[in-house]
Amino acid sequence: MTDRPPRVGVVTFPGSLDDGDALRAVRFMGGEGVPLWHADRDLRGVDAVIIPGGFSYGDYLRCGAIARFAPIMDQVRGFAEAGGPVVGICNGFQILCEAGLLPGALIRNRQLRFVCRWVHVRVETAASPLTNEIVAGDVLRVPVKHGEGQFVASMEDVDRIEADRLVVFRYCSPDGSLAEDANPNGATNAIAGVRNDAGNVVGLMPHPEHAVDPDVGATGGQPMFASLLSIAVARAA
Amino acid sequence: MNVKFEVLVQLKPGLLDPQGKAVEGSLPAMGWNNVSGVRVGRHVELTIEAESERAAQEQAEDMARRLLSNPVIEDFQILRAEQAGR
Repeated sequence: MTDRPPRVGVVTFPGSLDDGDALRAVRFMGGEGVPLWHADRDLRGVDAVIIPGGFSYGDYLRCGAIARFAPIMDQVRGFAEAGGPVVGICNGFQILCEAGLLPGALIRNRQLRFVCRWVHVRVETAASPLTNEIVAGDVLRVPVKHGEGQFVASMEDVDRIEADRLVVFRYCSPDGSLAEDANPNGATNAIAGVRNDAGNVVGLMPHPEHAVDPDVGATGGQPMFASLLSIAVARAA
Repeated sequence: MNVKFEVLVQLKPGLLDPQGKAVEGSLPAMGWNNVSGVRVGRHVELTIEAESERAAQEQAEDMARRLLSNPVIEDFQILRAEQAGR
């Protein structure tokens, strides 16, 4: 066993916005935040990787379409294929979908407007790097802020995602029930976040990194970061 | 040789197209009440320098599949520039 804190890397692309908050959230929760640069080919020995939110490469072509070809993404792919925990938040979720590391895709919000508000999400499975310390059914309050966050996939893919229990978070009412007005972007089956088959890669549209510090607001992001750090600790050991 | 292409990218038919729907919804306000099936896509022009037309066509298809479209949600169509009228 080592005594060092878990090292969580956060990738900065041109146009990333939430890399600073993600690093801060890691530190706030007791981990070591390690800045990673899109043009590097080095993950600096981290135990987990976060692809943060923002507008990488200006969202040109499609959100995340260009970022997935950044040099660092080869390393992230290798890290994920070796079982390393990888989290994509908002634009990071879009990037992981574009890279084929997560199923589905994110398209323009159904109402065509950028949405910036607090939402509730229901945890659907503990089998992900963001939920392994959380009980399925728990409801967390976190913010969303996106214009293209409507989760979609082909009908067969949606069926497979549901059957294989790949949905990690669903938008819900405060009591955990599903409701049309609790879904901020028209996402299919109110899906807010999914994982890969192996369960080590997870992506979500809401922003847990903006919700860890009680001095700033709700703390729904805390259990997610606690989960990520506990998995990272296990890998650091 | 230089071969010019136009690549048309469109959301797959089964997926709701929010942009197309918004455009369709605004047309009646301008007096056009007879329009349906509006879909908004993306149009990419490019020129490929290649040994043969066939090599250029194959490369265009590869690029369309791997970058210009997202096969999870989009279909694409490749037109030679002259077919597209230029």
